[in-house]
Amino acid sequence: MTRRRGLVLLAVLLLAAVVVAVLVGETPLRAADYLTALTRPGSAPGEILWTIRAPRAAMAALIGAALGLSGAALQGLLRNPLADPGVLGVSASAGLGAGLAIALGLAAIPGAIEASALVGALVAGALVVALAARFREPETLILLGVSISAFAGALSSLVYNLSPSPVTTAEVLSWMLGSVANRGWPDLLTTAIPAALGAALVAWSARGLTMLTLGEETAALSGLPMARLRAAAVGGAALLAGASVAAAGIIGFVGLAAPHLVRRFSGDDPGKTLLPSALAGAVLLVLADLAARVIPTEQELKLGVVTALFGAPLFALVAWRAARSWRS
Amino acid sequence: MSAAWSLEGLVVRHGGRLALDGAGFTVSAGQMVGVLGPNGSGKTTLLRGGLGLVRREAGAAALSGRPVESIPATERARLVGYLPQERRVSWNLGSLDIVALGAPDLPPAVARDIAADCLHRVGLGGFEERGVLEMSGGERARVLLARLLATRAPLLVADEPAAGLDPDAQLLTLELLRAEAARGAAVVITLHDLSLAARFCDRLVVLSQGRVAADGPPAEALSPGILHSVFGLDGALVEAGGETVLAARRAVQRPAPGR
Repeated sequence: MTRRRGLVLLAVLLLAAVVVAVLVGETPLRAADYLTALTRPGSAPGEILWTIRAPRAAMAALIGAALGLSGAALQGLLRNPLADPGVLGVSASAGLGAGLAIALGLAAIPGAIEASALVGALVAGALVVALAARFREPETLILLGVSISAFAGALSSLVYNLSPSPVTTAEVLSWMLGSVANRGWPDLLTTAIPAALGAALVAWSARGLTMLTLGEETAALSGLPMARLRAAAVGGAALLAGASVAAAGIIGFVGLAAPHLVRRFSGDDPGKTLLPSALAGAVLLVLADLAARVIPTEQELKLGVVTALFGAPLFALVAWRAARSWRS
Repeated sequence: MSAAWSLEGLVVRHGGRLALDGAGFTVSAGQMVGVLGPNGSGKTTLLRGGLGLVRREAGAAALSGRPVESIPATERARLVGYLPQERRVSWNLGSLDIVALGAPDLPPAVARDIAADCLHRVGLGGFEERGVLEMSGGERARVLLARLLATRAPLLVADEPAAGLDPDAQLLTLELLRAEAARGAAVVITLHDLSLAARFCDRLVVLSQGRVAADGPPAEALSPGILHSVFGLDGALVEAGGETVLAARRAVQRPAPGR
């Protein structure tokens, strides 16, 4: 399969997944209801489709695309197939921001948790951009990212520890498990703005990611403005990860797995895995959210739980097949 | 005319160790210079220090008469092509794609034409679509050499371009670089094979413990005295079958350790 065909296939899959996600849900609708929804958006079926299911599906697609793109950019930058949006500590810092907002009792203010999480992500992102300018070796950057992640995790634990109310911990945990439930069109916009900025930065850095395949020294003398391209890749990936964690909590595996799923047809070139990874991430998350909604459980499954449950075995399979092709 | 690359009194420290202690040399257009020396004598550091890839404590490095650090990235890439010793490639790109990365400033179609030509020159015509990680180490080394050629820079710097190659590929590599010098490029290589160095280079720079021990035509730079004191060898360059080769054995009396 060529890269072009793969992109078309992913786009078709995404469209189909979104259509199914809008048509299928907890509330059973009859054919006539769908017709009503189409002709009269203000009707009850119209409300269900256009103000509940559609923004939710769109949000899942947006978050999935952001995570897939962020993962692909970081795997390229760090030249490491195990990198994911969490590797630089941005996700954990966003979680800390959310935890703080909840512990301080700001949960009642609409958008406060999300804003606080985004601030956490941006602070960590700025720190990582500064570190990436100073330390070029991917291994160093990964170790520093792990430290940031661990430290943000420790601060989050401290928040729970000092929080007088046990409810706080439960609330934060529930938020962290990830969800795109009850999202409206305005939420979509506030997530789309930082995500679009991050996507633009990552797209601009694509040439640099490809050049880094040959190592830092060759890239440094290649004539590309590597310092700026690296900063754009790190900053863009952090913005994408931060925007998605702020909007939907911590959702694992999509950012890790999406680039691996698309390399089979897009090739290994890190610059050329970006767009397919974004599309694959979107498809994965729309399907995962659909599963979270339709699997009949007493409490709706959290999105992060679904992606981990399905993602981990799937990823093991992908890794196994990749390892087999390396051996032969 | 100013030298293509001129390095003067470079001092570079790795941790506490003095890796370069005032080394330097110059290379002009059309010349092929070999930088020699035992392991740890500072060959790679000299190249990297001279290209602005490591921080210098002292010394001056100039490309075409201009200080290396003052030249913008795009322009610097037009002045110098660099082949590092490390041949690691992170992702399995096709060999043509890898070679085309040597000319990122050109439109993709033009870069690919140049890349195809360079692949052909290193003997890998027909391997354009082959993934570099599916190739043997020797083939990958030739792909990376082709990328260096694709830069078409007036100064080509290659760190150990012949290391790990079979004899045929070693000769092909040095012949190709020699041809670049004949076309007017300044070429600088490091290598451990003193016979090949003497045969292919116009001038040899011999490093010992971060300093230049000798700089001159092969016969002069690899004098029996230098062979003994720098390399710990007893012997000399001799003519055999129309080629210069090294006839030497490990010195019985080892030269006094310098540090």
